[in-house]
Amino acid sequence: MWEMAKQRDAYGETLAELGRERENIVAVGADLCGSCRIKKFGTEFPERFFNAGIAEQNMMGIAAGLAMSGKTVFASTFAVFATGRAYDQVRQSIAYPEANVKIVSTHAGITVGGDGASHQMLEDIALMRVLPNMRVIAPADYHETIKATRAIADYKGPVYLRLGRSNIPIITDEDADFEMGKATLLKEGEDVTLIGTGIMVSRCLKAAKILEKKHDIDARVINMSTIKPLDEKMIVDSARKTGGVVTAEEHVVSQGMGSGISQVLSETYHVPMKRVGVANVFGESGGSDELMEKYGLTADHIVESAHDVISRK
Amino acid sequence: MAKLDDNRIEEIEEMARRVRIHVVKSTHAAGSGHPGGSLSATDILTTLYFEVMDHRPDEPQWKHRDRFVLSKGHAAPALYGVLAESGYFPVEELMTLRKLGSRLQGHPDMLKVPGVDASTGSLGQGLSIACGIALAAKIDRESHRVFAICGDGEVQSGQIWEAAMFASHHKLDNLIVFLDRNQLQIDGPTEDVISIEPIVSKWKSFGWHTQEINGHDIEEIVDAIDRAEEKDGKPSMIIAHTIKGKGVTFMEGSLAFHGKAADDEQLEVALDELGGA
Repeated sequence: MWEMAKQRDAYGETLAELGRERENIVAVGADLCGSCRIKKFGTEFPERFFNAGIAEQNMMGIAAGLAMSGKTVFASTFAVFATGRAYDQVRQSIAYPEANVKIVSTHAGITVGGDGASHQMLEDIALMRVLPNMRVIAPADYHETIKATRAIADYKGPVYLRLGRSNIPIITDEDADFEMGKATLLKEGEDVTLIGTGIMVSRCLKAAKILEKKHDIDARVINMSTIKPLDEKMIVDSARKTGGVVTAEEHVVSQGMGSGISQVLSETYHVPMKRVGVANVFGESGGSDELMEKYGLTADHIVESAHDVISRK
Repeated sequence: MAKLDDNRIEEIEEMARRVRIHVVKSTHAAGSGHPGGSLSATDILTTLYFEVMDHRPDEPQWKHRDRFVLSKGHAAPALYGVLAESGYFPVEELMTLRKLGSRLQGHPDMLKVPGVDASTGSLGQGLSIACGIALAAKIDRESHRVFAICGDGEVQSGQIWEAAMFASHHKLDNLIVFLDRNQLQIDGPTEDVISIEPIVSKWKSFGWHTQEINGHDIEEIVDAIDRAEEKDGKPSMIIAHTIKGKGVTFMEGSLAFHGKAADDEQLEVALDELGGA
């Protein structure tokens, strides 16, 4: 079985490291600094750390102003507040003027668990990917979170980095390359392509194993950690090679990563597709695994969708 | 700052008159825009750019410049007027306001217009950006100041008060903000829409050094900034009592010209009054 770790731990450690390496990195939070793991940076660099309190809209404006003065700013809170509460601030004060702000949200998705629908953000990919100038990344695991955090610090411009709350499997190699905008091929396959993002990449790998062992289906598995810009070449190449695509994301299927991929394929190379994700509904309280099961986010759901796609090839 | 002599005050007033002409003409040419709130803020803007702020029109990104954020972004025509008169771009360009392909967007775009320090327009956001800029100056131990103008209707927005708390908590005494208290917002008098009074005590209670002035009196504007700078450890709010549409009689105190430009006939009347061609 895979080793487990939290993405937000990787983020907190990496941000502190970046702080040691670069004077111009500043972090802002909104009273969830412990939960978002930016407290470590704050303790080490109190002169470059600002807690805006429960005022996410102001936090985004502060981040924008700091960026306009040459700072590389990391702004962190829960995904629901970063992209929902402060949407207009992200749009007007950050995306429009191309402010060098990295919005790193944690607690994205239904795996937030017990807090329930009010805190389970399932629409953030949609909200962020539609914004001009905004890049969107959802790393697959602990290692990739480290690399993504470093990559966005090097990139000049607004980025949305989406992280979860819970322990998730480590599925990438520590020394694997990561490049913003490039998807990675995790497993070759001929019969169907499974494209996952974030926590669902591990489910895709698990689904591929089930497909191979139980159904003699050879699935190709892609980690689409950059949701914007999408790696169109990888998408089209995979569609050509396998003739069918299943996408999987911990997000509503309407306008998420899978919708982005279906848009790419509808304009380039038509193949049967199925999007695994949450229907257009709000979540509810429960255990992470129970919720993943109830809302259709397990390896079995991906397997089922793979069969459906293959049957339509 | 040394006391202004009468000649200097007259010079600034003359510049403000020219800026008012630009406001009226450019919005007329555009066929839309916000002359009322631009004219109420014109004396403050002119005083800032021609007397108070340390800035270099030939080097808009000069690191040590004083910054300015027009939180009430719809007063862009007045900001463009002072920027053009300062030399950031040709005065003739003002007539392209709001036209396709122009750098002079309906609301200021920092990526397009030299001299614009923040893109604004969605009310309530500029003050937070100004706080961020002031905070960066503190981190870098830079001595430049950050000025901003908020609208009076704008302070109905909750984010303003989030920023107000933040600025006093972080002792942003390099932040000097004007409230353009012209009494009117698009739907009517602020006190009829959602009253903002008692506005002075509100800012005081949020920990700001607070003053009240006549926002059309150059000397009062300069003196208020001097006093603001003497106060260590507190951000500064200058409630500037102004007249919407100031300088053009038929626009003064008029709700109609909040978001409407003068027509051909009105333009003539306005220019006659302002002594413009």
